[in-house]
Parts: sequence; structure tokens; C-alpha cells
Amino acid sequence: MGIAKIWIYGESTDGSVATTTLELLAKARQLADTVDVVVHGDASVLAAELGDHGAASVLSIGDLGDGLPGPRIASAIAGAVAAGSGPSVVLCGTTYDGRDVAGRLSVKLDAPVITNVVDLILDGERLLGVEPVFGGTTDVTTGFTGDTAAIFLVRPKSFAAESAGGAAATVGSLEVGDLGNTAGSVVRDRFVEESSGPKLDEAAIVVSGGRGLGDADKYEMIETLAALVKGAPGASRAVVDAGWVPYSYQVGQTGKVVKPTVYLACGISGATQHLVGMKGSQNIIAINKDEEAPIFGIADLGIVGDVHKVLPRLIEALQNR
Amino acid sequence: MIVVVCVKQIPDPADPGALDPETRTLRRDAKLILDESDSYGVEMGLQLVDAAGEGEVRLVSMVPRGEVSGLRTALAMGAESAVLVSDEALAGSDALSTAKVLARAIQRCEPDLVLTATESSDGYTGTVPVQIAELLDLPSVTFGKEIVVTDGVATVKRQTEDGYDEIECPLPAVVSVTAGVVEPRYPSFKGIMAAKNKTVDVLDLAELGIDPGTVGWAGARQEITDIAEAPARDAGEIIVDEGDAHERILAFLDDLKVL
Ligand SMILES: Cc1cc2nc3c(=O)[nH]c(=O)nc-3n(C[C@H](O)[C@H](O)[C@H](O)COP(=O)(O)OP(=O)(O)OC[C@H]3O[C@@H](n4cnc5c(N)ncnc54)[C@H](O)[C@@H]3O)c2cc1C
Ligand SMILES: Cc1cc2nc3c(=O)[nH]c(=O)nc-3n(C[C@H](O)[C@H](O)[C@H](O)COP(=O)(O)OP(=O)(O)OC[C@H]3O[C@@H](n4cnc5c(N)ncnc54)[C@H](O)[C@@H]3O)c2cc1C
Repeated sequence: MGIAKIWIYGESTDGSVATTTLELLAKARQLADTVDVVVHGDASVLAAELGDHGAASVLSIGDLGDGLPGPRIASAIAGAVAAGSGPSVVLCGTTYDGRDVAGRLSVKLDAPVITNVVDLILDGERLLGVEPVFGGTTDVTTGFTGDTAAIFLVRPKSFAAESAGGAAATVGSLEVGDLGNTAGSVVRDRFVEESSGPKLDEAAIVVSGGRGLGDADKYEMIETLAALVKGAPGASRAVVDAGWVPYSYQVGQTGKVVKPTVYLACGISGATQHLVGMKGSQNIIAINKDEEAPIFGIADLGIVGDVHKVLPRLIEALQNR
Repeated sequence: MIVVVCVKQIPDPADPGALDPETRTLRRDAKLILDESDSYGVEMGLQLVDAAGEGEVRLVSMVPRGEVSGLRTALAMGAESAVLVSDEALAGSDALSTAKVLARAIQRCEPDLVLTATESSDGYTGTVPVQIAELLDLPSVTFGKEIVVTDGVATVKRQTEDGYDEIECPLPAVVSVTAGVVEPRYPSFKGIMAAKNKTVDVLDLAELGIDPGTVGWAGARQEITDIAEAPARDAGEIIVDEGDAHERILAFLDDLKVL
């Protein structure tokens, strides 16, 4: 028993497959007989890496030009489903473009999307999605009851990417149908903000700062500390909304999910919406001056103290090493 | 320029509510408020109309029991009118059903631009904006940080993993707006008084021409098979800083060999 065919919306940059896509592959190959990945652009450069992670084929819809993937990928998948050559399950990562694909496909197939999924469970020939609600205190398991393909939006970091040692994926193509007015958006320019060090969702150590830092310029302590431990700086939504750091720093329900070896929370209270983004960390250290702060409820090492005293000493000690 | 802003009215997130064990949906007993995520869309819409020098912001909302308290907040901020869809048959709607209803209501407003939040605070599927766009055969840009409209084209800064893309999109279009990108204005006293007299069109499914069998519980194609308490994580050691806490942190990191 199992799923006959799962398709994954595959994302990549410069010929390298996105970690989120590899995570989905790691899980999907345990659930289905065949897993294919749908991409845009040159599929051949991705075939080896995708095959190694368990993909049977990589199907390209062709070049996007300046267009966005959402309408085009959705149209191609819906076309295949209508023609009977499509999958019974489509997995997309909860990413900027993954949501666009899932939303558009949902209308084309007239099927709802099961969203914010952190685990997938096989139930006979059906797939169920597990979605944490109420800040991760409750898990809701949901299945699709319709008779077309089931669509899941899966949160990054739900599964561990792992090579399966498979041969290169077969390269194929998919046809994009009539897009009507849906594909009018064009990318005119791309701006990349300078950042050094590892990415927030890939770093072994994440140092996060919250409102307890008191002031925007105090966030520099977080950046300095993160650089010293070769980690990535993160933040609570309170400081993102206050404009201290960009949204890409945000950890939590509406930000990134991180699972580093060590998560160091500085001046963060531990609201459920923050915890849902970091409580999967292997080790959690928290510094907070309030001994009642909820963050201490999940910390392996809790420091009741002032960030303005502890952090400068920690930074100095690391600099002296 | 007519800007339609979708605004969701939700229970106060500070009071997280609970799932009704009978119906397995969110209980909605308390007074509803304007989803804070949508206050950014309302503000953005008002600014765009100001910049255009003509036009207005119209609101669209779907909600149980014809609730208007959240809508009044957005009207008090400066939106001109609202279309409210309420129908018992909508209970249990998934995001796609919600989008079908909102799309019909939006059509009645004849918008040049439709704004939504990237995701709501209570259901946060984040799929409704794009579903609306697809249903209305419109282009979309999600995760918008900034919007400028010139000659029927929206130029949108779209948040990306490591910066932003500048995207051009012909109108009409749907743009979803990320939280925190503008400073939502506080309703003035004058605004609050004026809001009381603004038009709120309350419609049911029949008036929108939607078959009740295609939405709500009747149209749902998802079923919850299980609700369980998530495994909790235990607390470890808690110490009070006596000037040496940094040494404890270093020792902890050394033990893990991560430095
Ligand atoms: C729908 C929704 C989605 C959300 N999504 C997210 C999300 O993705 N991520 C997220 O983080 N939040 C999210 N939130 C917000 C969340 O509820 C909290 O408001 C937020 O996490 C609080 O941030 P904070 O801990 O920095 O601030 P606060 O809660 O204000 O906590 C500051 C902490 O700093 C401590 N402190 C103060 N001074 C010092 C000092 N000198 N030294 C040490 N400690 C000190 C205080 O004791 C306090 O515990 C969301 C909320 C909603 C409603
Ligand atoms: C805990 C929980 C989990 C859920 N999981 C799923 C799921 O996996 N799949 C699914 O299909 N449904 C799910 N639902 C149901 C879904 O939340 C509702 O159908 C909801 O009406 C629409 O989705 P959303 O709030 O998630 O929209 P989102 O897509 O997150 O909303 C984005 C924006 O669209 C606009 N918008 C959305 N709803 C309205 C409205 N009623 N009126 C006006 N504007 C609106 C707002 O601008 C909003 O900010 C879930 C609900 C809950 C409470």
C-alpha cells in the first residue's frame, strides 16, 4: 500500500536544489512508488542531485523568462492531472513561490490545500497532513476527501534532507496551458541584501534577539555574537515589526522555522507564536530578566539575567579565545 | 482608482480560543476585531487612493452572523464602503470556499486593485489571495512590501529570501501585503463618527449567486481525522546570573562542541 505517484514543486537557485525541495523528497520517497519533481528552466542541471535524493524524473515547464512560477507551474500540473498522467498528491514547500503554486493549483483542480503541514502520514492509500495549531500546543491531522489530486503545503524543516544514492533523474517536460490574464506579473529587477555567515534556517547556532534588548542599536550585540559563534542572527516579531531588522530575520509562526543545534534567545518572552518556530531546536538557551518568562519553560539552560550584562561579557569572553 | 481591501474579522488573538470538539472548527463566541494583518492593507489602499488623487477604498469581508465591529474599524480609518457576506451555509468553509465567496463579492466592487494580507492571524493558510486571483483570472503578486501605481500598472517590491524583487503587474490585479510595511493610521474621532453612516452591504449566498452546496460544510473536501495535544518540551536548568552566567553558556556550548 502507498501512494502511486507524488509530484513535488521543485525550487532551485543557480543549478542547486533548494533544501526545502530535498526535505520533501526525503519524505515523499518513503510514501510513494514514484516521486517526480516539477521545475522551470533547465532540468538537466538538476537531474543528478534530484535523482540522488530519490526523484524518478524531473519535469520542466520550460523557461520562465521574467515571469513568476505560480500560474505556470500550476497550469502544467493541472494539465497533467486532467490528462490522467498526473500525480495523486502534490507537495509544495511553504515558501514565497510554493504558496503561489498551491493557491493557483487549488482553484484549477477545485481542491482545497492542506496547509502549514509539519508531518505527512500514510493512511492506506491516502495521505494525511499534520498541522500544529494554537502555537503548536495542538496537532490537527487532516485528509483530503475529494477525487482529484490532494495538495499539501509543507513547512520547511519538517523533514531532514538526506541523499538516497539514487541514479540521476530522467529529464522530461510538461506543457503549460492557456494562462489567460493570470501571468501578467514580470520581474523587472532583483535586489539582494548583503549578508555574511550561514543562513538563518541552515545555521548550527541561531542567536535571536527580542524586545528585551530595549533599543534598535542594541541588536548589534546579537549580530556580533552570531558572527563570533559562526551562527545566524534571528529575531522575534516584536523587533521585526518595530523595524529593527528585516522580516527575513523573523522566527516563528509567521516567520521561519529553525532547528539549529543551539538556539540562544535573548530578551524574548517566548510567546507561543515564537516557540512554534524554534522549539524543535536541539538545545535552547534563554536569557531573560523575568524568571516567569514562558521561554524558560522550554529552555535547557535558562539564565535569569539582564541581556545588557550577560551579552557583553559573553562577547568579550569569545573575543578573548 | 477603486481599491478593494479584503479584511478578515477575527477573535482577538490575545485570547487564542479553542477548537469546538463537536464541529472541529474554531469557536467564535467573543466580539470580533479587525485582523491586525489587514490593517496594513487598509492603510496601503488609503495611501494609494491619496496618491492617485481620486477613487476610494472598498472593503470586502466574509464573517458569521453579520458581524461588523472589525469592519467599522477599517471604515473609521477611511475606507468608503463595505460588502459583507454572511450566511449560515458558510460555516465550516475551507480557504478555497472563502476565496470563492470573496471573489464574487470583489467582482461587484469593480476594483482596479485588490489588496489582502499575506496570511490571516487565525487560520493563516496564506492561500486565499492567490485563490482569489485565479478565480478572477487576474495576475497576482504576493508578499508585497511597497506598491506604486502608474498608468494602470502596479510596481511592487516583493519580499524574497534574501532581499526583494521589483515586479510590474498590469491592473486589475491582486497584491498581498506583508505585516509591518506601513504604519496603519489610528481612526480619528471624526472617522469613527463618519464610519457609523457608511454603507455596509450585507449579502447572503443567494444574492451572490453561489450554490450553498459548493461551500461550507457541504462543499468541504477536507476532514479532520485526529486532534491531539502536541508533545511538550521539558524545561532544563535555570540559574540566576551572578556575573558568571556567560561562563555557564560557554561551558554549555563547549560540551556540545559547536564552537
Ligand atoms: C497571528 C500572530 C502571529 C505571530 N507570529 C509571530 C512570529 O512568527 N514570531 C514571533 O516572534 N512572534 C510572533 N507573534 C507575536 C508574539 O505573540 C509576541 O508578541 C512576540 O513574539 C513577542 O516578542 P518578544 O518576545 O521580543 O517581546 P516581548 O513579549 O515584549 O518580550 C520581551 C521580553 O524581554 C524581557 N526583557 C526585558 N528587558 C530585558 C533585559 N534587559 N534583559 C533580559 N530580558 C529582558 C522581558 O522580560 C520579556 O520577557 C505573532 C502574533 C500573532 C497574533
Ligand atoms: C487552525 C486552522 C487551520 C486551518 N487549516 C486550513 C487548511 O489547511 N486548509 C484550508 O483550506 N483551510 C484551513 N482552515 C480554514 C481557513 O482558515 C478558513 O477557510 C478561512 O476562512 C480562510 O483562510 P485563512 O484565514 O487561512 O486565509 P489566508 O489565506 O491566511 O488569508 C489571507 C488574507 O485573505 C483575506 N481573507 C481571508 N479570509 C477572509 C475573510 N473571511 N474575509 C475577508 N478577507 C479574508 C485577508 O486579507 C487575509 O489576511 C483552517 C482554519 C483554522 C482555524
